[in-house]
Amino acid sequence: MKKAVVTGSYSTKVGELEGATCMSLHTEAGLGALADAGLAVSEVDGLLCAYSFTEPHLMLASVFAEYVGMKPAYASAVSMGGVTACMLVMQAAALVEAGYCRHVLVVTGDNRLSGMRGNAVQALAEVGNQQYEQPYGMTIPAAYALVAQRYMSEFGVTSEQLAAIAVTMREHAVLNPKAHMKTPFTVDDVMNSRFIATPLHLLDCCLISDGGAAVVVSAADAAADLKKPRIDILGTGQGHTHEYIVAAPSLTDYGCKRSAADALGRAGLKPSDIDVVEIYDSFTITLLAELESMGFFERGEAGAAAAAGDLKIGGKLPCNTHGGLLSYGHSGAAGGMFHVVEAVEQLRGEADGRQVEGAELALVHGDGGILSAHCSVVLGRA
Amino acid sequence: MEKPVPRPNADSAPFWEGCAAHEFRFQRCNSCGKPQFYSRAVCAHCQATDLSWEVAAGEGTVHSVTTVHRGPSVAFKEDSPYQVALVDMDEGFRFMANVRGGEAEIGTPVRVIYEKRGDQTIPQVEIRG
Repeated sequence: MKKAVVTGSYSTKVGELEGATCMSLHTEAGLGALADAGLAVSEVDGLLCAYSFTEPHLMLASVFAEYVGMKPAYASAVSMGGVTACMLVMQAAALVEAGYCRHVLVVTGDNRLSGMRGNAVQALAEVGNQQYEQPYGMTIPAAYALVAQRYMSEFGVTSEQLAAIAVTMREHAVLNPKAHMKTPFTVDDVMNSRFIATPLHLLDCCLISDGGAAVVVSAADAAADLKKPRIDILGTGQGHTHEYIVAAPSLTDYGCKRSAADALGRAGLKPSDIDVVEIYDSFTITLLAELESMGFFERGEAGAAAAAGDLKIGGKLPCNTHGGLLSYGHSGAAGGMFHVVEAVEQLRGEADGRQVEGAELALVHGDGGILSAHCSVVLGRA
Repeated sequence: MEKPVPRPNADSAPFWEGCAAHEFRFQRCNSCGKPQFYSRAVCAHCQATDLSWEVAAGEGTVHSVTTVHRGPSVAFKEDSPYQVALVDMDEGFRFMANVRGGEAEIGTPVRVIYEKRGDQTIPQVEIRG
């Protein structure tokens, strides 16, 4: 028996949520995950939070603990961009495996759509290097576009193949009543949407949403009488190569190679063993580069595979079965946590209308910065 | 809102002073011999702290380039669309710049030019024939 297990998970509605605040989303998600696990607030001895754009604070875990009335024995907040959710799950697993905690609540959320009055793009651009990137009008989409251009040049990836990834994510979202965007579109629709930064069109870019999500990570021996199927954390790993794209050692190879190899290695598994993947898809190129760098596809093959339908539910490697950041929603750190929650639901067999039949092993992956920081988590149904 | 003006610190002041003099300065490690950009207090290759400043010839090649249609702020929206490139300099390091004097693609040869930005001078690139 593995020592760390996911015992509870929950995600709020996503989209434009009237009246939501960062802390109210944390509260709904956190209490929802505890209820799912059948745990009381008083039973939680570990609390891990991420960060917020709408209520930024140096000590977000303390802010949330105070807000909700929790007095954990261990609390910490991690700010690592889109990789944070997976990193928090890894940290929670380490805490219970080391014996410091029995039940760790991992909670994320932000009202990034309604709470930022359209300024999210500008705020995100400020993560670029102040001296060597920001003066040139680099946006986050522009940085990923630099990756896409290089990838297309080296490996023959086409805009149509990137568009096929967006179409697949939307097809999955159509199956998911909670998804932020559910209007179907085609490859031509993606190609005809306006350019944000060539070669990325509007529909190659993720959403900006309000939402929250949380999981409870417990020590296996503290999780004996669960209501739900036990989900084991089988292996985790990280990989870090740079922060700023101007300093990235490669535009085609990233830390996800190491994070996935470590997570799968610790689980005693290989990529072909995995039934379903939930992989960070801030842009279509993000998902393509990660799928290849992590070894799920050979170089230059993920685009053709997406166009052939391999990433669809029922395909060879069902990917982002909730619709991903591209169509389900992206609420800051909660964006990555939606992937975790979806993996848990798939492994429990709870993904009504979008269930991957027989899913027993899932890999969840987060990426922060410009493919800068990576964390992979392998989950399995016990 | 104005376009961002780089704010030099102790690590970068010699670089920006060089730009003001239309001189592209970069660091080379006296221990392992490798060049690095951006300038810092340590060699990111071998962690030695004995670094020298050199001046680049100012020529390089576009490693990747994108045409930005939606800038991060109103100041850039007025320029849109504009190109952002990663440029591999002949001396073996990479930096970011906007492309002037035409549209670049991967492999386009470029040379460094300088533009005033607030109280600083920033390096840009133009296409060389």
